Amino acid sequence: MDSKKKLELQKTACKVRMGVIEGTFNAKSGHPGGSLSITDVLTYLYFSEMNIDPKNPAKPDRDRLVLSKGHCAPGLYSVLANRGYFPVEELKRLRKPHEILQGHPDMKSAPGVDMTTGSLGQGISAACGMALSAKLSGESYRVYAILGDGELEEGQVWEASMFAAHRKLDNLCVIVDNNNLQIDGAITEVCSPYPIPEKFAAFGFHVIEINGNCFDDIEKAVSEAKTITGKPTAIICKSVKGKGVSFMENNVDWHGTAPNAEQYEQAMGELKAALAALENA
Amino acid sequence: MADVIKKATRDSYGEALAELSDTMPNLFVLDADLAKATKTITFKKKCPERFVDCGIAESNMMGIAAGLAATGKVVFASTFAMFAAGRAFDQVRNSIGYPHLNVKIGATHAGISVGEDGATHQCNEDIALMRTIPGMVIINPADDIEAKAAVKAAAQYKGPVYLRFGRLAVPVVNSENYQFEIGKGVTLKDGKDVTIIATGLMVSEALKAAEALTTEGISARVINIHTIKPIDKELVIKAAKETGAIVTAEEHNIIGGLGGAVAEILSENCPTPMIRVGVNDEFGTSGAATELLKLYGLSAENIANKAKEVIKKK
Repeated sequence: MDSKKKLELQKTACKVRMGVIEGTFNAKSGHPGGSLSITDVLTYLYFSEMNIDPKNPAKPDRDRLVLSKGHCAPGLYSVLANRGYFPVEELKRLRKPHEILQGHPDMKSAPGVDMTTGSLGQGISAACGMALSAKLSGESYRVYAILGDGELEEGQVWEASMFAAHRKLDNLCVIVDNNNLQIDGAITEVCSPYPIPEKFAAFGFHVIEINGNCFDDIEKAVSEAKTITGKPTAIICKSVKGKGVSFMENNVDWHGTAPNAEQYEQAMGELKAALAALENA
Repeated sequence: MADVIKKATRDSYGEALAELSDTMPNLFVLDADLAKATKTITFKKKCPERFVDCGIAESNMMGIAAGLAATGKVVFASTFAMFAAGRAFDQVRNSIGYPHLNVKIGATHAGISVGEDGATHQCNEDIALMRTIPGMVIINPADDIEAKAAVKAAAQYKGPVYLRFGRLAVPVVNSENYQFEIGKGVTLKDGKDVTIIATGLMVSEALKAAEALTTEGISARVINIHTIKPIDKELVIKAAKETGAIVTAEEHNIIGGLGGAVAEILSENCPTPMIRVGVNDEFGTSGAATELLKLYGLSAENIANKAKEVIKKK
């Protein structure tokens, strides 16, 4: 990736992270940790990769993204807002009654949300349905499904994986945000889904392992996935939960906790400084 | 009644799907390794390119259906009622119901009349489960003609529909010129002393019960409620007001199904003596379907007895 593009993506990711903090702070709830770990992947896909049009969110031939780990909605919402689907101001109304940004993604209310998710394990099945739909009617759009590593404990993920490989859904790209933490602790302590690459390979996927917080890696993997035929791709992203906010990084307590006023100031201060540094770079 | 034509509504389901394939190029049918039993095989034989077997993974199948519907396709997802409404409840609620996607759930082998397979496969809870999902339409056809009409109406309707079909061949009670409308109950026989409100295979039993009651000088109205949600509230209230006593009859737990729905309407609008005929909050057992229906009181005889009992409560 050329350095100019990378710099722009890094700046955008920084703004997206601010939106995650803004949203969860105003909502006094939500899931910042996993939203921050997947921010770089979401930023890359929506700002550099996907065939989409924020002015026409329902464009029939658009690429689709299903956030199967739906609790990381603040990350998706912030990316969509920064991409122009709706005003960034909306992020302040996260998790409020009858607002467009519900606690988990609602495709009926939030522009740009391709699938309603929240109950873990379900998004990947819907993504398979979308990818199958393209195959059945000879369309060329691609479908991305983003899963948490803890989510891999849901049996439905493997039902869907079996299906995806059986149906040769090479237009499906599953992305696992492997930040190693789930609500109750490290995934290795709760109920380990490791080894993750081997599991997807056994189910018939082309598997790529990357650093999920590195744009070079993300670009390389997403591009590689597009060259694979006859099987779906799984990109396993080693990532840092809470990435970008020092006191949230690799700390399981930030899975589903919102920052208080003091923490909000500190987090925003760090992100603003990071953005300023990138702008002066 | 020796010359009565009998047919299982699951057969009607498969045939109706195959018929629809000619006029609906956007129609896709999913199954979970039960095509021979749910009868979607009839569609598969005609349109293999639009049939998708998802294997023994009902939860995933509901998600596949949601994804296909989210990209504009009309989808029928088929399996036994136990697995459609029971096993995949969360998926039906969150991936289909909440986003109000255009998925039709073809649930066969509903109720006790599954027969010898026994309690694990006899789903008497599906109507109750599906009723609690906002925006879900629930249709429980009484016979072949109604089942085919229901499938066609569901295919035209935009939004999620739960269709309930049976394994057992049941009498055809409707005529060929029958007009089906989602949400509209059908008065099959007028009467003034009591109303029997029935659904599914209990409709023909209700008609037999009304006939038997006539010989005892009791005039029973018979209403077929094929759409349990949205239910024809006006027709139920009218019947309660005009006949003053209600018996509901369904092949389902008396909790949460047709009887529950009617009780809710009556208690809020015009409290009326009523008795629910159905499976009395118990699990089923193995046995021949016809034998089980009698054993669990899902018979014309029991309906008639309950009708006489409820009349005394007036």
